[in-house]
Amino acid sequence: MKKVMNCIACPLGCLITVEYDGSEVLSVTGNTCKRGDAYARTEITNPVRSIHSTVKVNGGEHPVVPCKTSGPIPKGAIFDVMKEINKVTVDAPVSIGQVFIKDVCGTGVDIVATNNDCGK
Amino acid sequence: MYDIAIVGAGVTGAMTARELSQYDLKIALLDKCNDVAMGATKANSGIVHAGFDAAEGSLMAKLNVEGCAMMAETCKKLNVPYKNNGSLVVAFSEEETEHLQKLYDRGVKNGVPDMKILSKEELLAMEPNLNPDACGALYAPTAGIVCPYELTIAATECAVTNGVEFIRNCEVKAVETDDEKITLDTTQGKIEAKYVINAAGVFADDLARMAGDDTIHITARRGEYFLLDKSVGNTVNHTIFQCPSKMGKGILVAQTVDGNLLMGPTAEDIEDKSDVSTSNAGLNNVKKFAAKSVPTINARNAITSFTGLRAHADAHEFIIGVSEKNPRLINAAGIESPGLSSSPAIAKYIDNIVKSLFGDLTVKADYDDTREAPVRFRHMTDEEREELIKKNSAYGRIICRCETITEGEILDAIHAPAGARDVDGVKRRTRAGMGRCQGGFCGSKVVEILARELGCELNDITKFGGNSNILFDRTK
Amino acid sequence: MLQYDLVVVGGGPAGMAAALKAKECGVSKIVILERAETLGGILEQCIHTGFGLHYFGEELSGPEYAARFIELVKQTDIDVKVNTMVLSVSDDKVVTAVNTADGLLKIQAKAVVLAMGCRERPRGALQIAGTRASGIMTAGTAQKYVNIDGYMPGKKVVILGSGDIGLIMARRMTLEGAEVKVVCELMPFSGGLTRNIVQCLDDFGIPLRLSTTVIETHGKERLEGVTIAQVDDHLQPIPGTEEYIECDTLMLSVGLIPENELTKQAGIGLDRITNGAVVNEMRETDHKGIFACGNVLQVHDLVDYVTLESQIAGEGAARYILGQDSDEKVYINTKPENGVRYIVPQKVNIKSKEDVKLYFRVGAIYKNKKLTVEADGNVISSKKKVKLAPGEMENVVIPADVLASLNENSTITVRVED
Repeated sequence: MKKVMNCIACPLGCLITVEYDGSEVLSVTGNTCKRGDAYARTEITNPVRSIHSTVKVNGGEHPVVPCKTSGPIPKGAIFDVMKEINKVTVDAPVSIGQVFIKDVCGTGVDIVATNNDCGK
Repeated sequence: MYDIAIVGAGVTGAMTARELSQYDLKIALLDKCNDVAMGATKANSGIVHAGFDAAEGSLMAKLNVEGCAMMAETCKKLNVPYKNNGSLVVAFSEEETEHLQKLYDRGVKNGVPDMKILSKEELLAMEPNLNPDACGALYAPTAGIVCPYELTIAATECAVTNGVEFIRNCEVKAVETDDEKITLDTTQGKIEAKYVINAAGVFADDLARMAGDDTIHITARRGEYFLLDKSVGNTVNHTIFQCPSKMGKGILVAQTVDGNLLMGPTAEDIEDKSDVSTSNAGLNNVKKFAAKSVPTINARNAITSFTGLRAHADAHEFIIGVSEKNPRLINAAGIESPGLSSSPAIAKYIDNIVKSLFGDLTVKADYDDTREAPVRFRHMTDEEREELIKKNSAYGRIICRCETITEGEILDAIHAPAGARDVDGVKRRTRAGMGRCQGGFCGSKVVEILARELGCELNDITKFGGNSNILFDRTK
Repeated sequence: MLQYDLVVVGGGPAGMAAALKAKECGVSKIVILERAETLGGILEQCIHTGFGLHYFGEELSGPEYAARFIELVKQTDIDVKVNTMVLSVSDDKVVTAVNTADGLLKIQAKAVVLAMGCRERPRGALQIAGTRASGIMTAGTAQKYVNIDGYMPGKKVVILGSGDIGLIMARRMTLEGAEVKVVCELMPFSGGLTRNIVQCLDDFGIPLRLSTTVIETHGKERLEGVTIAQVDDHLQPIPGTEEYIECDTLMLSVGLIPENELTKQAGIGLDRITNGAVVNEMRETDHKGIFACGNVLQVHDLVDYVTLESQIAGEGAARYILGQDSDEKVYINTKPENGVRYIVPQKVNIKSKEDVKLYFRVGAIYKNKKLTVEADGNVISSKKKVKLAPGEMENVVIPADVLASLNENSTITVRVED
């Protein structure tokens, strides 16, 4: 089978063609770098995405503080991870990199702060 | 019980409230909206007409000429910007040139001073950007421009300072009249008064009908406009009219007192009296007809477009006086253009009616017919700004960058008598959000300040009352 | 009056990078004037990732990218005044600003860097007919409500404009539980990055309708729906293609406009296409000692390029302040041709001893074309391009030795060709 996809590894957005048989990738063409090759392979076998949102913060400069997944999670787990993120409340101060949720939904990925909040 | 309840806080209601607030009377000014000036007053041309349009001998003609003469002084007292820019009715054909003479003659009979019919050369010398096909014009130097909602806000503030009670979100649902009083059943409960002044704009016939007077019929006449950036505000020096038709005075091009350029309105009778939507057809007509007067005008410079509704009475005449069907109802209906121009005179006219009803009325010793000038940071010198910020640091925080509006001015607007309760109310009082970016940056700041000052949550704040909330629930 | 060597107007990524570079080059007294509560500019609300891939070699969120520079600024003696709005910049480099703590500030600067960023095009400029209900806002305003204030600005959303902010907001709103019904794009192509179409729309099954616009809004108080229609080659709605879509929110992502009010006030010449100042290769405007960089100069799609451009401006300002640029200067124009809409810088000093990078955008989508740079009929470079799109800024390098071979009557042109 053959699939044509736009690479999302960087802003270039190369048009990549992947030939595959089931979950076995036979060839990747059209990419201009290694990351493109890797992207195309995972997109066929186990598509992953990084997501970002906010969590509620008590006593912060703002009512919410931004966060992200520390690495890519399976595409199918996005909304389950969002549910977990929406349950969290943290106390100010918050600093970048602070872990809000460890191993979210068993993905092995953490939810971490992406901004500082020194509190009111 | 109130002595007088005025229904409708447009320019007619507000100016009347101010006039009557000189007496020792208990007065309520009601409006169904979250603010004053939300109907016909909010969106019109802002022109103070000289008075040659209305039929000679009509009440409309009389009050227009009187009101025009009073406007400069009224605006001075209320600290509202007014500019006596003069108006030109431009003729594009021989037939229209003949019509100018008719307008001139009518103006003379109505008592309009200093009019002049201009030759093509004189006209183009005064207005170099005008279409060179113009044949001549009727010049009326007494015409002016004023911001209709600013006048209304100022008049309301003055009235409230003098003891009038402003009740917002107060829609009249039913009216009952007996020998002693007239009772308004409203969305804010029952309100009793000795007399009701009906200044309900496009809804004046509905209110009259509720009070047993079915002699009035008002049609909502839609007018669409473009407001252009200040960078093209100087395209014309006077208000430029085309020759009038039976639907009104046609598409005008004029500067506003704030220095923007305005073009419009269309004229279209509509069924729904609350429909203030714009239409593609209407806006295209505005562009087309404005270009006839000023060919270089370009809608690309538009910062916004809007629709206003005029309260058109069948006879195209002001209906002002005690109702023949209900002696406790004083109508002030059919107040369409030149209603803004006439408003100071309408207030006086109603004042005389009220005096005849109440007998001897004495003026309160502490009555003050002025309104304190609001702080306008953008118009100040650097020295004045420095002084101001020393006194109150809130004037050192710019909220609206396009128009240079400070937090202090927004706080003043909220805490003023009959102050702003929503984003559009802040905008009308301060100009925050009225510039090029149309609130893109300051909108959310204004929501924050309103919520903080009114002691509510961000999602309680509306754009203009009702269900016009800006935000839904918290995300988390 | 306060005295500073360098006044930087704006504390976003552009202003911070310019100030830091100037400091590094040896400028002693620098102040950044920022109108918001914190440094960082618009990055503070751009909580999605995708920043810094070029500059840091890793994917950061907006606040993380900003935080790295904020930290660097903190480590220097650069003064920072937040909540400070600049009211004017005069010809002789007196900067007038206002804030609650100092009141009215007058600062005499030796050099000024303008880094005010850009703003979104509002609805009024679009002339969409219909009601004036609440629920119509720019995508950036919505972004602030969701990401900073923590409120949902809508539940059923239509987005007009497929620029990156519009695409990013489609995903943000979806993740936070809203239903994004459609993204409409007036042009036959999206102005956003391909990766954003994939991961913000395709991933969530949000349709992108090209050559489609919103022609009318409905609902008297809160927005209740919009009418969309397809447009023809002249971008005019095609009668009969109207479609009503129920929604409570219309987000606009229809273009960014550099915020050049101060620039215009100062009498600095602007480029008709970029709406930013006309600058030379050091990003100096036609007013000596006044520089411009970042989105106030030209709207960028990547913050990494903003940083690089601003470092050039910072270095230029430093050389000006320290009197290091007294070398002979001969300026020639750069000229966009066939398919290229504009070039920044608009002027290049051929006596420059360094390579000069020209940044530009094309006006339409091109496939398998060449980008050719020419001076006086001689091809300097010609590079094959698989794809060129208006949404993606391109650049070419003019080597210093090539510049040295030109004369005062030369022109450098960049064009798209077969």
